[in-house]
Amino acid sequence: MLTIYTDLLCIGAGLAGERAAVEVAGAGFNVICLSLVPARRSHSVAAQGGMQAALGNAAMGEGDSPDVHFADTVKGSDWGCDQEVARLFCDTAPIEMRRLASWGVPWNRVVAGVHTYYKGGKPFEKEERKEKEGLIHARAFGGTAKWRTCYASDGTGHSVLYTMDNRAAQLGVEVHDRVEAISLIHDGGNCLGAVCRCLRTGKLVTYISKATLIATGGFGRIYRASTNAIINDGGGLIAAIETGVVPLGNMEAIQFHPTGIVPTDILVTEGCRGDGGTLLDADEYRFMPDYEPEKAELASRDVVARRMTEHMLKGKGIKSPYGDHLWLDIRHLGEKHIRTKLREVDEICQSFLGIDPVHQLIPVRPTQHYSMGGVRTNKDGAAYGLSGLFGAGEASCWDMHGFNRLGGNSLAETVVAGGIVGGRIAEFLAGCELAIRTSVVRDRQALDEERVKNLVEKSGGSENVYQVREAMFDVLQEVAFIYRNGKDLESGVERLKEILARAKNVRLRSGGVGANPELALAIKLPGMVKLAQCVVYGALKRTESRGSHTREDYPERNDRDWLTRTLATWREGADVPTLDYEPATPSFELPPGDRGYGGGRIIPMDNPPAGPGADKE
Amino acid sequence: MPRNLTFNIFRYNPQDPASVPHMDTFVLGETDSMTLFIALGRIREEQDPSLQFDFCCRAGVCGSCAMVINGRPGLACNTKVKDLPAEITLLPLPFFKLVGDLSVDTGTWFREMYQRVESWVHTERVFDPAQEEERMDNDTANRIYELDRCIECGCCIAACGTARMRKDFLGAAGLNRLARFLIDPRDQRTEREYFELIGNDQGIFGCMGLLACEDVCPKRLPLQDQLGFLRRKMALSVLPWKK
Repeated sequence: MLTIYTDLLCIGAGLAGERAAVEVAGAGFNVICLSLVPARRSHSVAAQGGMQAALGNAAMGEGDSPDVHFADTVKGSDWGCDQEVARLFCDTAPIEMRRLASWGVPWNRVVAGVHTYYKGGKPFEKEERKEKEGLIHARAFGGTAKWRTCYASDGTGHSVLYTMDNRAAQLGVEVHDRVEAISLIHDGGNCLGAVCRCLRTGKLVTYISKATLIATGGFGRIYRASTNAIINDGGGLIAAIETGVVPLGNMEAIQFHPTGIVPTDILVTEGCRGDGGTLLDADEYRFMPDYEPEKAELASRDVVARRMTEHMLKGKGIKSPYGDHLWLDIRHLGEKHIRTKLREVDEICQSFLGIDPVHQLIPVRPTQHYSMGGVRTNKDGAAYGLSGLFGAGEASCWDMHGFNRLGGNSLAETVVAGGIVGGRIAEFLAGCELAIRTSVVRDRQALDEERVKNLVEKSGGSENVYQVREAMFDVLQEVAFIYRNGKDLESGVERLKEILARAKNVRLRSGGVGANPELALAIKLPGMVKLAQCVVYGALKRTESRGSHTREDYPERNDRDWLTRTLATWREGADVPTLDYEPATPSFELPPGDRGYGGGRIIPMDNPPAGPGADKE
Repeated sequence: MPRNLTFNIFRYNPQDPASVPHMDTFVLGETDSMTLFIALGRIREEQDPSLQFDFCCRAGVCGSCAMVINGRPGLACNTKVKDLPAEITLLPLPFFKLVGDLSVDTGTWFREMYQRVESWVHTERVFDPAQEEERMDNDTANRIYELDRCIECGCCIAACGTARMRKDFLGAAGLNRLARFLIDPRDQRTEREYFELIGNDQGIFGCMGLLACEDVCPKRLPLQDQLGFLRRKMALSVLPWKK
């Protein structure tokens, strides 16, 4: 088997992976990024809206600071986040935006003078100050006290990823695209690299590395309806949980985006609502102010998605062959605004729906969108359980998002965490010498070779890989979507146990030769089902409602018993994960309180902390 | 009455010694809002799981799924079958190395392009985290963004007459990339330095002006203007009386 050595093996070449790679390469180390697709096709490219950072240049961002951003983030997380990490993030984000500007990101800039903006469909005026002209501008996003989201038209993810990959090319970071990591090599204490499959030839390749970073993004594709790219099937998380020693954090914390288009579940940006778009029901009535008088369409995502579902359950949805949906109305923003500031949205509507958003309503419904959970790391990005293993971005549970992340915070997290974790990896690499027991590598290679060989030679097995995946989709869609309850979740756990057994009993219908796509899914599917079980089992055991995790049978946020993070580890031979819990945050800068939106009762902590920041708000 | 669609799809697996290039035919019933993404997914899952093609974002923003659709390069994910006749022929993009069936290796070609045009901001300035960002006119930012919108799908290269004749041609995607840095005030390269990179037949003077690149660009980038702009700029930059 071809074996390649490197200092840092970065699994994933999206924004988090490449930002860390750039930091480590800049410190003089050798870096290889693996990617399922050419780096610039990574899912970061699809993020339309922007990155939150408290620069405070925009008129509507005056008085903003990392403190205000921090409070928004903690409230947004429903107090589920690690507050030290959230603080680190908010303090670093403005510097990172400026750094990206120096590397070439074409951020939109402040234009002095009076401008019209829309809120709740009505026009208002604001005046941008002359002394701020030319500095990085910001737009409004849900769940924020200030206009804080830096943007490059509505292709922020695209612009930043292209800039980052340019920077990576400049520094000589190698990107091996069309390579999929299928397992981590480890000796129980140290991570030594990964066994991978080349998606050009189908051959296995071994990478040996002093440090390994998991930056494979979200795992939304375990759901049938997801805004995520096809490649977001949790590859890095699967490699991590299959070690049996690396825990995944808060897997039950899944965000649903309010505005996926029907039927293809492609996301239209929150910027639509930020810029003044409204949600309408079957009577073309604007219903959100009835539920959320203060924030209306701009309450945080979990709240908007839940209110939309609630309203559709009342029979107010529009019927369609693909199920009920609601309308997103941006017509009043005007042709000029829609064709320039919201151009990608305009293109999506025209190309995929055949409608013109300047004149027509957009059919939308809540759709799986973001995974708050992932490989649990400490604030340096080091994974629990194995030395030399790190995580960053959506693949990780670093954990600044808790049970709900704010729009614009995750795209910002990719580069902020990538930079911070990259710095820590460089420190780890300085003076690091790897002692490799060759038998550890050989045994791992042998296991993966055998797994592939059994599938290709069809020695046993009977299940159709796509049908097994459909069965997994059914369970998640039915029991682990926006509303959850104990009875359904219990049946989901039992069903997924059977589905896991079926996933291990797949028989290929094609030859499995070369870069065969059926084989790629067959290798991955048992791991995907395990991730699904982590979501469902974690959701069953968490008997409260927090952020995006909504239990019909436990509607209260329970700070007394559940101000915790779920840690799921998969012991060899088990059919459910082992769950452990740790405190959500090591310290409180902002003690638990009311978010100010979303409603709901809170069961308070027995001994609430009076942290140094208790009076800060 | 929904149509029955006939797909003629190019097949070849270079990794399989027994495979020879040929066309396969698949028949599929049309459904509402069906795109080539939905159709190809169904063919793979229901009829032939070995069929290779590339989709990633399936939303027209990542550039993975370019192929030749009834004779014309385009993105498969945002091609609605209702806009096509009942007989649909799909071929992989020419020019790029074939991975298998409809899948081609664009990644390698584009990474080489970044090195050839040095696709990054060249500057002597060192980033200072304590300083306010350098100011920029918003219109300039928008102009850069406009050229930064290329999604590297490869359609313009696949449709290019010059690229057919010379494998080392930078193509509209490569030249547009350079134009993006040329208008960026942060990039301190001189016109002479840009000329060294593209002032030849592999670069701007290889373009024959056929402009199929602009015709097929799924992002509708102003490639014709950029090629004209670069050609003029590069020619003027080496005229002795312009110095």
